[in-house]
Amino acid sequence: MKLNINGKETELKVSDDMPILWAIRDVAGLTGTKFGCGMAMCGACTVHLDGQAIRSCVTPVSAAVGKKITTIEAMQEDKVGKAVQTAWQKIDVVQCGYCQSGQIMSATSLLRQNPKPNDADIDAAMSGNICRCGTYQRIRAAIHEAAEKLA
Amino acid sequence: MNDMINLSRRGFIKNTALVAGGLVVAFSIPQAKRFMGVANAAEALTLPAPNAFLRIGKDDSITVMLAHSEMGQGIWTTLPMLIADELDADWSKIKVEHAPAAPSYVHTAYGIQITGGSSTTWSEFERYRQAGALTRALLLQAAAKQWKVPVEGLRTENGYVINGTQKLSYGQLVETASQLETPKNVTLKKPEQWKYIGKPTKRLDSADKINGTAKFGQDVQFDGLKIAMVARAPVFGTKLKSYDDSATRKIPGVIKVVQVPTGAAVIAENYWAAKQGREALKLVWDEAAHERPDTAQLLKQYQALAQKPGTQAAKAGDIASASKKATQTVSAEYVLPFLSHAPMEPLNCAVKISGDGCEIWTGTQMQTTDQASAAKILGLKPEQVKIHTQFLGGGFGRRANPRADFVSEAVEVAKAANMPVKTVWSREDDIKGGFYRPMFLHRASIALDKQGKPLAWQHTLVGQSIIKGTPFEGVMIKDGIDATSVEGIADSPYVKGTANHQVHLHSVQSDIPVLWWRSVGHSHSGFVMESLIDELAHAAKQDPLAYRRQLLKDHPRHLAALNLAADKASWGKPLPAGVFRGIAVHESFGSYVAQVAEVSVKEGEVKVHRVVVAIDCGLAVNPDGVQAQMESSVAYALGAALTSEISFKDGNVAQSNFHDYQVLRMKDMPRVEVHIVKSNEKMGGVGEPGVPPLAPAVANAVFAATGKRIRRLPIGDQLA
Repeated sequence: MKLNINGKETELKVSDDMPILWAIRDVAGLTGTKFGCGMAMCGACTVHLDGQAIRSCVTPVSAAVGKKITTIEAMQEDKVGKAVQTAWQKIDVVQCGYCQSGQIMSATSLLRQNPKPNDADIDAAMSGNICRCGTYQRIRAAIHEAAEKLA
Repeated sequence: MNDMINLSRRGFIKNTALVAGGLVVAFSIPQAKRFMGVANAAEALTLPAPNAFLRIGKDDSITVMLAHSEMGQGIWTTLPMLIADELDADWSKIKVEHAPAAPSYVHTAYGIQITGGSSTTWSEFERYRQAGALTRALLLQAAAKQWKVPVEGLRTENGYVINGTQKLSYGQLVETASQLETPKNVTLKKPEQWKYIGKPTKRLDSADKINGTAKFGQDVQFDGLKIAMVARAPVFGTKLKSYDDSATRKIPGVIKVVQVPTGAAVIAENYWAAKQGREALKLVWDEAAHERPDTAQLLKQYQALAQKPGTQAAKAGDIASASKKATQTVSAEYVLPFLSHAPMEPLNCAVKISGDGCEIWTGTQMQTTDQASAAKILGLKPEQVKIHTQFLGGGFGRRANPRADFVSEAVEVAKAANMPVKTVWSREDDIKGGFYRPMFLHRASIALDKQGKPLAWQHTLVGQSIIKGTPFEGVMIKDGIDATSVEGIADSPYVKGTANHQVHLHSVQSDIPVLWWRSVGHSHSGFVMESLIDELAHAAKQDPLAYRRQLLKDHPRHLAALNLAADKASWGKPLPAGVFRGIAVHESFGSYVAQVAEVSVKEGEVKVHRVVVAIDCGLAVNPDGVQAQMESSVAYALGAALTSEISFKDGNVAQSNFHDYQVLRMKDMPRVEVHIVKSNEKMGGVGEPGVPPLAPAVANAVFAATGKRIRRLPIGDQLA
């Protein structure tokens, strides 16, 4: 199966029903995207499919054919993604860090759709991403920070 | 786990060495003497070999080896700060690695390699600074030798040794330094000379954790490594009788199925194939006549036990005669559920067995017991088992298992499969897989005098022991009391301050596996104690803050935290309509934390708007790290207080994933303000002590808002 991952056409030997998560992690070896729940309940596996945030743990690779998959590994080359990462470091958001790839992918998607979100917008957009270390307050602050820098 | 501290002097180290399969843990622990008053530790101070804790490269890089595991709590940054200050290091040159599992890295107080009990920073405060200071002394000597000048005229700054206008970088001195003998004495800097300690410092693991390059156990991949998923018993304690894997073996990507002590393991090329293969297994479990726990039944059992005398954990005075003088008596029953740790990274462990050894890649909080367990399974010596500690995607106690459950199982799978494997747990495996915070029931009866002060305090706890049946049993259960069951009650300043008191414990036997969950016994006792105090204040018709101040008048550290939180939260001043305050203060793991929660209740829904936290942890090495841990504790504890619960129905765990084991999400995160008490008192921990006061502060605010006393967690729909 041919998949476009981070701008590269990649040939992967996978079954149609394999979730994108496992194709990019176990087969393509890109481990920045994380497994958290396997049923779209936690957001750790969030990637972009044609720029939209999706939960890769429940989206089969067949749904990605002819589309562009973008993962955390490519966020440094993305204007919004880079601003989000910079804000994350400035606010020192991370703790264990395991959920943060997904948080950053969701935050980037939010800022693309809504360049100036308020707290309620952030809560609505980010409540699908669980962080067990409870970095939520800093995530809110970092999203505001990124929005300001991008404005 | 705090109680290990006291137990260490009763031979914890020796006994642990014994149970750990003959592993000899011989280590001088000067810090333990200082912090814990360990007897017979007065021999000459043994300085740590600096090479074990840091390496300096010819490229000037300084690699700090962590004896503990980074699981979010921030020691990846805090321990290097200790070294950097004494070494006069260039902070930009610092690199960090997890140390291997080896005797050099055993905990200075607990005697095994462990990350737990909120103890890393205080337990390493001397050792890491000494390692930095020793290395600096060596580099100074090396420079003196190279320049052929007396060492006294030299100084160090930001990664260089300086002699007037001449300077040599640490990297340039490594070779000479390596030929010198380590100094016998070293003087540590005074606090006023610290450049890093005590200053808010940004995390060193931040960059790798935001670009996907940080390696967690889950991310370990190498040629030949296969993925394994284990089908485990649905009812705890039952065994696999037989299985049929004919459908499994037809699934593309499945390699084989092997039986292991915990069940049947499907080995596959990737997770997806392993998962499908496991679903296709036909399994028969030996469930006949086996205990099938049920939460409703357990509650009845616990309630009945609480009416009877248990094992005595504390006693003073005479409750019966004191109660006769009482003006009123407050009696209450509190119930807290089993809880899953649910770290974001599901458990996993990669194992490669070779002829004369074994390598393990995982995120663990307890390397020594993992290593010993693996060695025992394989018939190896512990030193033949190499553990490569990866970043932990959350720990909260789940990855510190004295039974080494997930590591032992992975070793069994790799051994049976005869190939390198990484076991991966699904979220369902994690939620249903046990090692929960034990369910606890408390029954208390407190007699008050005319002024509303406690005259007599009778308290009975019912719940499973975390320690019983583990290698730590011999040293951590004393006179039938597991100290982790009664911590926060038997040693509470309120109970001990009541002249007549009695604390009893019923340790319930069950096959449900239990474990320490962030703040251990304090996770239930803090809620019960600080809710009870609120009940007493109400009965005494006193302000909850004033009432606490009076009972804690001889406990300055409690008071300092309490007063700071109350002041910053403007206790007593008006709030917006519909918003109410609750307060709590609790000591655990050597730190004192007070919290004021601002809460509203609308249509049965609790909304926490703001939490003001004050902590006295002694010296805050990285104040920003302390702040982060307080924010984290509020979020972790609030999810548990509002919605989290593991329950049993006909032997099965009723929850399975984040839809029914609900944890805190962004929309419910309150504004958290953290204030650190300026303190020169003994250092305590910060990873756990922020957890216990949160639930009672919220529940006390709920009482202020609604008049309904929350005596069961989670709050759930109790207010609907």
